Amino acid sequence: MARAVTNRHKTIVTIAAWIVALLIFFPILYTIVTSFKSEQEAIAGFNLIPSGTLESYTAVEEQSGYFRFFLNSVILSVGSTILALLVAVPAAWSMAFSPTKRTKDILMWMLSTKMMPAVAVLFPIYLIFRDWGLLDSRIGLTVMLMLINLPIVVWMLYTYFREIPGEILEAARMDGATLWGEIVYVLTPMAVPGIASTMLLNIILAWNEAFWTIRLTTINAAPLTAFISSFSSPQGLFWAKLSAASTLAIAPILIMGWFSQKQLVRGLTFGAVK
Amino acid sequence: MKLRTLVLGLCSASALAFAAHAESITIATVNNGDMIRMQKLTDDFTSKNPDIQLNWVTLEENVLRERVTTDIATKGGQYDVITIGNYEVPIWAKQNWLLALDNLGADYDVDDLLPAIRGGLSVDGKLYAAPFYGESAMIMYRTDLMEKAGLKMPDKPTWEFIGDAARKMTDRAAGINGICLRGKAGWGENMAFLTAMDNSFGGRWFDEKWQPQFDQPEWKDTLDFYVKLMKDAGPEGASSNGFNENLTLFQQGKCGMWIDATVAASFVSDPKNSTVADKVGFAIFPSKEGVDNHGNWLWSWNLAIPASSQKAEAAEKFVSWATSKGYTELVASKEGWASAPPGTRTSLYNNEEYKKAAPFAGPTLAAMDAADITKPSVKPVPYTGGQFVAIPEFQGLGTTVGQLFSAALAGQSSVDDALKQAQDAATASMQEGGYLQ
Repeated sequence: MARAVTNRHKTIVTIAAWIVALLIFFPILYTIVTSFKSEQEAIAGFNLIPSGTLESYTAVEEQSGYFRFFLNSVILSVGSTILALLVAVPAAWSMAFSPTKRTKDILMWMLSTKMMPAVAVLFPIYLIFRDWGLLDSRIGLTVMLMLINLPIVVWMLYTYFREIPGEILEAARMDGATLWGEIVYVLTPMAVPGIASTMLLNIILAWNEAFWTIRLTTINAAPLTAFISSFSSPQGLFWAKLSAASTLAIAPILIMGWFSQKQLVRGLTFGAVK
Repeated sequence: MKLRTLVLGLCSASALAFAAHAESITIATVNNGDMIRMQKLTDDFTSKNPDIQLNWVTLEENVLRERVTTDIATKGGQYDVITIGNYEVPIWAKQNWLLALDNLGADYDVDDLLPAIRGGLSVDGKLYAAPFYGESAMIMYRTDLMEKAGLKMPDKPTWEFIGDAARKMTDRAAGINGICLRGKAGWGENMAFLTAMDNSFGGRWFDEKWQPQFDQPEWKDTLDFYVKLMKDAGPEGASSNGFNENLTLFQQGKCGMWIDATVAASFVSDPKNSTVADKVGFAIFPSKEGVDNHGNWLWSWNLAIPASSQKAEAAEKFVSWATSKGYTELVASKEGWASAPPGTRTSLYNNEEYKKAAPFAGPTLAAMDAADITKPSVKPVPYTGGQFVAIPEFQGLGTTVGQLFSAALAGQSSVDDALKQAQDAATASMQEGGYLQ
């Protein structure tokens, strides 16, 4: 009887999970479907069966070179993630293993900066970028993306590090490990799932960031968010072309997410069950 | 073989050295059909000006407006040529944000620009932006449905006639709405249409002392007429419809009439995209019986040079090329006269080939000639602008009022409530701006 209840419960949970997953994925699916329609089909109403035309992709490729934007997206998202980890690993280590009475306050303050609307600091940031010659530069934008995602990275790593028993680090110290050796050879290998999932999440966040990447770039550093933005038109049909541009922009990150989903889930649930 | 390699190497080195010396200018623009065509035709410019390279930044209209404003206000110098509307040009020129276009070239023929358009882009007699394409507003209607309704479009239609015709043309069982009008909230969306409509009803945004006029009978008549008409003869969900949505409805044969920008005429007449291309008639923007005003809608997309540009000379060469008569002829030679950018030059409307290729040329010119943005209303006003009020506060205020009127159209509030709230919002905005003491 108990087994029957468990099986029924599992089935219900599985169906519910599929429904939720489909609901979440549906906008992406419909974007992909729309990209294979003509402009007339795209605006004709809800229809999940496209004619299969590639005219939108041809138009998108003719209108603006995809590869230049793609390359910038890769450089910015990977670069900002590496930078963020270089800063966040030592920061999270000190907060997790040498906390002070202000550590929680500092963590909360870091997180609170994420609650500030970005537009509130647009002008000061723009002026700093202008004066330092960073407008439309990959370096400037990499640092910017690192800074805006840093609170989340520190928080995630802090949570993972807290799950590692301090006794292991103490043992390493007794064996003569230096601070550097403790972080690099003991802590980091143990926190690989957590660091990997933090890294993947940060890449996704940086890849999708659209406020600063559009406002601080023009030509040289413009990533795929700027590429998508260029296909919206005030006078004329553009939904199919916009969908094609969006599909091309999200495809790399979707593929990366697909192949790394096990790592992501493992990292995100790290320490959840003891 | 060695000689060939050497020659190729030298050529490559020369090309690289040349590229290093070429001056590059950055052009910010929107994703309109005419703008995209311009990007495709720039080989003509670069072949005539090999020392200038062009970089394009295409952005969504509102993002472009915000980005360009930020860049100009902070003197960021990211752009050398910007695409802006005739709403921004006089405001920005007075702020010294734009350079006067004094060197467009001997053969540019500034006097050929349509007087109404040129006037809207000039401050103290100096031209601060060159028009790329221009538009007014007019009625586009289905000739077959008008005939079926037993009506004939008059030369100067009144709103009373439009209301009557729209209701008679409506056949909801067949999916036909008598009229499609903008309902989506925004200063450049529903408020462009409703401001022009109120002008044609004899109304105005402000009196001579900048007192908002939403508590006056003209606005009440305008909004009442609009909401009732759309309820009786408009499409479902009209409060979400802007230019693109109505264009699609009309092209699919679902609108008896559509009153909107003249630039739409070429889209609805294009048999490749419009199912009703051979059944479209055009007429001037309606007015209220006894009011001599056809809305005064006048818009142009223009190329201007921000004062922060370090490459003004090269930028002006480009602006001159893109808005010249020669460019119009280039478009005509590549894509036909019907694709020529409309609404900027008198010579285009005297061109027999253009008139033949574009049956909407006459009505478009008539609409543009009828628009006078220096006198938008039959009553005296302290501002210029036709379907907008040319003050910096209008972007925010127009959008706020647009949201109130869009809610009234959707049935979420009454016309009286929307007008009352619009009056309060406009009064607060005018007080904050120092217009009202």
